[in-house]
Amino acid sequence: MSGLRVLVGCKRVIDYAVKIRVRPDSLGVVTDGVKHSMNPFDENAIEEAVRMKQKKVVKEIVVASCGPSQSQETIRTALAMGADRGIHVEVPAGTDANLQPLAVAKIFSKLVEKEKPDLVILGKQAIDDDANQTTQLLAGMLDWPQGTMASVVSASDGSLTITREIDGGLEDISVSLPAVISADLRLNEPRYATLPNIMKAKKKKIEKMTPDKLGVDITPRLKILNVVDPPVRQAGDKVPDVTTLVEKLKEKGHL
Amino acid sequence: MFCLRSCSRSSLFKLLSNSRSISSSCVDPNVGLTTDEIEYRDAALNFAKTELAPNMQTWDLTEEFPVDTIKRSADLGFGGLFVSPDYGGLSLPRHDGSVIFEALSQGCVTTASYITIHNMVNAMIDTFGTEVQKERYCPDLSSMEKLASYCLTEPGSGSDAAALVTNAKKEGSKYIVNGSKAFISGAGATDLLVVMTRTGGKGPKGVSALIIDTDTPGISYGQKEKKIGWNNQPTCVVNFDDVEVPCENLLGAEGQGFNLAMHGLNGGRINIASCSLGAAQQCLEDVVQYTHDRKAFNQPLNANQHVQFKLAEMATEITTARLIVRQAARSLDAKEPNAVALCAMCKLYATERLFKVCDDALQLHGGYGYLKSYPVQQFWRDSRVHRILEGTSEVMHMLVARDLLKHL
Repeated sequence: MSGLRVLVGCKRVIDYAVKIRVRPDSLGVVTDGVKHSMNPFDENAIEEAVRMKQKKVVKEIVVASCGPSQSQETIRTALAMGADRGIHVEVPAGTDANLQPLAVAKIFSKLVEKEKPDLVILGKQAIDDDANQTTQLLAGMLDWPQGTMASVVSASDGSLTITREIDGGLEDISVSLPAVISADLRLNEPRYATLPNIMKAKKKKIEKMTPDKLGVDITPRLKILNVVDPPVRQAGDKVPDVTTLVEKLKEKGHL
Repeated sequence: MFCLRSCSRSSLFKLLSNSRSISSSCVDPNVGLTTDEIEYRDAALNFAKTELAPNMQTWDLTEEFPVDTIKRSADLGFGGLFVSPDYGGLSLPRHDGSVIFEALSQGCVTTASYITIHNMVNAMIDTFGTEVQKERYCPDLSSMEKLASYCLTEPGSGSDAAALVTNAKKEGSKYIVNGSKAFISGAGATDLLVVMTRTGGKGPKGVSALIIDTDTPGISYGQKEKKIGWNNQPTCVVNFDDVEVPCENLLGAEGQGFNLAMHGLNGGRINIASCSLGAAQQCLEDVVQYTHDRKAFNQPLNANQHVQFKLAEMATEITTARLIVRQAARSLDAKEPNAVALCAMCKLYATERLFKVCDDALQLHGGYGYLKSYPVQQFWRDSRVHRILEGTSEVMHMLVARDLLKHL
């Protein structure tokens, strides 16, 4: 199997090393002036696409990101890792916090119509909303098979064998192409963006679009009511034996 | 060719959760950089945090020269930053080099410093070499197939570099080299040397640069020096005993060697100053977290105004030093008339002030600052030598004074 076109999605999120602070209005977290980078699961998605291209299974990698103008930096990182060209679906700054999986899935289904890829690879979930929905919604919209939480992907004639990480352990499935898959952390070890590739990436094209031009209504269907810090960790109790432990758990209504 | 990360994602999470970086503040190294430059910094910092930082302390204790890791950095382009793309390099300006070396030094000052030395030698050959020399040596240096060392200092001459006595006598189609070089970084583990030798009379005009393969017969090394820092870089005396070097290995013209050396050191001073920046930046990030976590007299250390003021001073030193280092780099890139003096100023200012920042950070750690299990002492030890090598602070004073007085 060769010559496939892959569409990979990536999202610009708050960097995972940053200490998150809740906004004073309790409707979200502070993003101004905070370091952002590519969603870690999306790095796995791009890495998988690049490896498939090195194995000559894939011929072209198109990377797409929905977000404010700074999302272009994320697309550039993907291009530096080995994607061929980018698509930036621009959403006004400030509204991107409300860009929800349903809207993103709709945007991607329009991109699929336009680009006609054989395979879509997304990250399993974004580390800001932890939704884990876009892949599934997109597969449903396209009526394509889905292979989510992929930790191993191998290609053979017209289909992919995927190992999925599920609650019960590992599950092997086979999906026929075209398909949508989502990358898990253990799928691969993403490569560094090397300086030569960063420089080469500057010459690669990024096409700009808007949800309007794609005919997608991105109005949020879910409303965030309140965002709060998790409760401060309380000190625990030491108990002398198991009987006391069971008593205490019953007392607190945990058993 | 691609370069895989060796560190697993879960251990990376553990590492980062122990040190949140202060990225959006008065001391942010990204401020003033273009998007491209930020990408270069991110690439270097990523490598530093994943490949260097987790090993920095072990390498210091075992004194291992991490050749594998250093060669892996070449896959990212760190072998020939300033060299022409015709020879595997990236032709980056010195300013971008400063940004990159600062980021690498946040992971390990010693490894980053070695990479600066390797780059200085590669750039010297690219700038002053013939086509034949460039084609023979630069691609291997850019890919780090071969590693390089730079030989100027001798047991009898450091600051007074022009007084060097290692001589190269021309005999037919060869130079016969005799003498010793001291304090050579990487010696014994590197493949290629650029050596300053005396081919003519006394003084700077009698010095010529030779490119010498380390497998040439007659080269021997002294015992590896025991140092207080830069431990994961071997430092030795290199002895030349009737070493035969073909005349075609002359780099530049006869008598031009001293110019080459001074030229190389301008960039070298920016690089070393940049390594001090990385050390101080990491020390500050660590101590900001430490003074938040550590409690004394029923409050975190950073509730004390003295501690707050100390941190503010340290941050101000770092940001100021960064400004002069980057300005010196820009001046060198633009070949401005003040470039040499500015490079001297930036090394003088940055290495001296930022060592004190590391020292303050150590003090703020209290007893823990004295333990080898905390990185701050290693940044302190490693950056101490920056005030000495590639031109002592005293020589930097000389250069600046000379520039001030030359018009009188």
